[in-house]
Amino acid sequence: MKRREGLAKLTGREPYVDDLPFDGGLWGATVRSPLPRGRIREIRFGAGVDWSEMIVVDHRDVPGRNVIKLIVDDQPVLAAGEVRHVHEAVLLLAHPSRALLRRAVRAVEVVVDPLPPVLDYRRPPAREQIQHGDDNVFKRLAIDKGDVDAAFAAAAHVVEGIYQTGAQEHVYLEPQGMLAWLEGEGEREVVVVRGSMQCPYYVHEALCYALGRPAERVRVIQAPTGGGFGGKEEFPSGVAIHAALLALKARRPVKLVYERGEDMAATTKRHPSWVRHRTAFDAGGNLLAQDVEVVLDAGAYVTLSPVVLSRGVIHAAGPYRCPNVRIRGRAVLANFVPAGAFRGFGAPQTLFACERHMDRCARVLGLEPAELRRRNLLRDGDATATGQRIDDGTDREALLDRALKLAGWEAKRTAHRSWNAEQPFRRRGLGLATFFHGAGFTGAGEVYLASRAHVAGLADGRVEVRTAATEMGQGTITIFTQIAAARLGLEPEQVVIAEPDTARVPNSGPTVASRTAMIVGRLVEKACDDLRRRLGVGDAAPGAAVVEAIRAWHRQHPGEEPVGEGRYEPPPGIHWDEEHYRGDAYGTYGWAAYVAEVEVDLRTYVVTVIDFVAVQEVGKVLNETLARGQIQGGVVQAIGWALLEELKVEGGAMRNNQLTNYVIPTSEDVPPIRVAFVENPYPHGAQGAKGIGELPMDGPAPAIANAVADALGVDPCAIPLTPERLMALVEGEDEAPVAGAA
Amino acid sequence: MAPAQAMATMSEPQSITVTVNGERYQRAVEPRLLLSDFLRHELGLTGTHVGCEHGVCGACTVLLDGAAVRSCLIFAVQADGHEVTTVEGLAAGDGLHPLQEAFRREHALQCGFCTPGFLLTLVPFLEENPQPTEEEIRHALSGNLCRCTGYQNIVAAVKRAARERAEAP
Repeated sequence: MKRREGLAKLTGREPYVDDLPFDGGLWGATVRSPLPRGRIREIRFGAGVDWSEMIVVDHRDVPGRNVIKLIVDDQPVLAAGEVRHVHEAVLLLAHPSRALLRRAVRAVEVVVDPLPPVLDYRRPPAREQIQHGDDNVFKRLAIDKGDVDAAFAAAAHVVEGIYQTGAQEHVYLEPQGMLAWLEGEGEREVVVVRGSMQCPYYVHEALCYALGRPAERVRVIQAPTGGGFGGKEEFPSGVAIHAALLALKARRPVKLVYERGEDMAATTKRHPSWVRHRTAFDAGGNLLAQDVEVVLDAGAYVTLSPVVLSRGVIHAAGPYRCPNVRIRGRAVLANFVPAGAFRGFGAPQTLFACERHMDRCARVLGLEPAELRRRNLLRDGDATATGQRIDDGTDREALLDRALKLAGWEAKRTAHRSWNAEQPFRRRGLGLATFFHGAGFTGAGEVYLASRAHVAGLADGRVEVRTAATEMGQGTITIFTQIAAARLGLEPEQVVIAEPDTARVPNSGPTVASRTAMIVGRLVEKACDDLRRRLGVGDAAPGAAVVEAIRAWHRQHPGEEPVGEGRYEPPPGIHWDEEHYRGDAYGTYGWAAYVAEVEVDLRTYVVTVIDFVAVQEVGKVLNETLARGQIQGGVVQAIGWALLEELKVEGGAMRNNQLTNYVIPTSEDVPPIRVAFVENPYPHGAQGAKGIGELPMDGPAPAIANAVADALGVDPCAIPLTPERLMALVEGEDEAPVAGAA
Repeated sequence: MAPAQAMATMSEPQSITVTVNGERYQRAVEPRLLLSDFLRHELGLTGTHVGCEHGVCGACTVLLDGAAVRSCLIFAVQADGHEVTTVEGLAAGDGLHPLQEAFRREHALQCGFCTPGFLLTLVPFLEENPQPTEEEIRHALSGNLCRCTGYQNIVAAVKRAARERAEAP
């Protein structure tokens, strides 16, 4: 099916939040903490601003709990006394003139008495740095399988390594933004927020909590969203509360749109990571034991770190058969902007370590990287680190072979040898990664979410799909149209996709975790089936019969509409033990093998990816154009993380918070991405689909680092592999430190 | 003139006349008003997006007398007496410009925020270079950032637009 989104975007008519008219409204702005940690002594309102005409909101204006509701109630809506990171929101201002507002923000001085901050998450905190529990650890997780110590004692080879990844900024092209206004009076007054977001019901719940309002007095509507990548999963809740607080105080609409520099400095980042591997093999190159320690830099507040850590540790052992596994993970506090959701959600970090380590192991064992993986990849009947039995019929070795063949691995290896010998300054290399990505929420997450979707029959015979799933470029509207049309035997034009509006759509869960097509899409199918049942139309009846039955219903029940509902039920036979981290961590996994070819310039130490092959099994591909788009975009975002994107952090603040010096890939920095799918329908996903959006973030970084290792004979263990870091590595100096909150 | 008087003169509204998408607009604007803000807030042409406010991302690209410029880097007063084309003025009538059509056919956009800037960068590029190579296309696109697509389908759309232009009678 051709994509339904896009026409308005091509003609400039798509109304992103900054484009929405708001007559008589005010612009909002945020005053932020200047220091990474301390107590607010005083807030000074400077000269040159008529403060009487400025709306000013602080923590005392929060009518409910001064908390941005998520997992743990630790992050304030507005700092009250204590600040824990630079750029933490302290005060809100609103005024009709944006120019005056900017001047006013500069005229406010937040005077903070400093306290000792944690600026490096890898160092154990001193007593005066403790801010959470007795050790600043937000979350600990453990996975245990078999007898690791006994396996190490009997090993033929033991290989160790430490791997690190840096923070990453999402750089969605549209910055964060919300428009808030009030409708109705007194007891019936409703706070309405429309803006850029992935998860309307997260925003709704957070607004109810902070504003102290019942659900029916808060309404959240998603505006067309200019990219998210996880950056608009939890962060928009705070922006929405801020806009709403200003609108409540001003009694007028308020629009709060971040400028790029503010967005980059003050919003969540991908968790930096430190991962240690110790791995035991038998003489035949078979894995005997994996001992893995994972540390994530969570930033100043808990946000989603427990679940990011969860996905991280579950993916840490890779897609391999290993009888004995010990994984210890912890997410720790640092006085930096909180880390949050970012495409891949912990898995890219631990899979970087795992796949880079596998190449190091191959070298120690004297095996080809592909051969070591071939010997150890999960086969049907094997179990993962959590003991989940994999039995889906996917041939993971064939996936690897397909990637090697597509990449021309053998021929290129040979060609590189002579090329590298002839070239004075340039070297080429090949690297691969085999990996997996759990689709949907981790563990019992989907059961707790208890998502619902509705499909309603409209008076004109069309149907309306009502979910909270948001479109932010990935093609949700097209996919849901496709799913509903196929299920009901309708043409695409007969399917309407409702705008995500909490006053109109049920809570189908957040648009995250690669769950939209697979899980919410399946709920849409169930809702279609339920609609048929309510209409008395059999499953095999053609679309014309469905349309006729909808029209007949409206004739017989004036003012009522037939609504089918789909509710989440876990696939049969899924068991997860949250306490011991044992069992079926995900309903299913996407599987992949990626190959990168790089060229390194020894004069500049610039690494260029010159070819990239991405082979994956993601169940049934529902729309190949959209699916390829997800893979290509994800791989390029991961190339940025691997090579270019480095946060420069000083005194706990991001100093390169501009697109001039935080560099993301341009069209000249990346090659065409060669994408191939192997299809193996997943029986519990919509039309056989598995999740796809995050998978392409996992494999590129280790494949690229492995290719650099191949090209230069060095052992890069930290990304981004910037020229500075690579030079230090080649010239035998210590690798430049990876930015945590340093 | 004393500095204070100079400041006052500098911030007094200036009358400008700009032709945007074929329509003449006369407005009094602050001298430091950016062209992007003028288009978006004065004229309500919100298809010109502001992604970074300092000329890196290219989302705000418009045509000034046919040449691609970043509307966040020039003042509205600099457009006085000139012609501006924005994404809203690209297509004649209700249809799509061939480049817009090529973007649609090749799935060259995802979130769409960067799209107007890419389109307006490419219009003069294809006029000057009607049969570009892949390398030339990638070079031409390298001043515009896209975080969703990986650029591949944008390159394909440019190739399609060039091909169809060559085949057109």
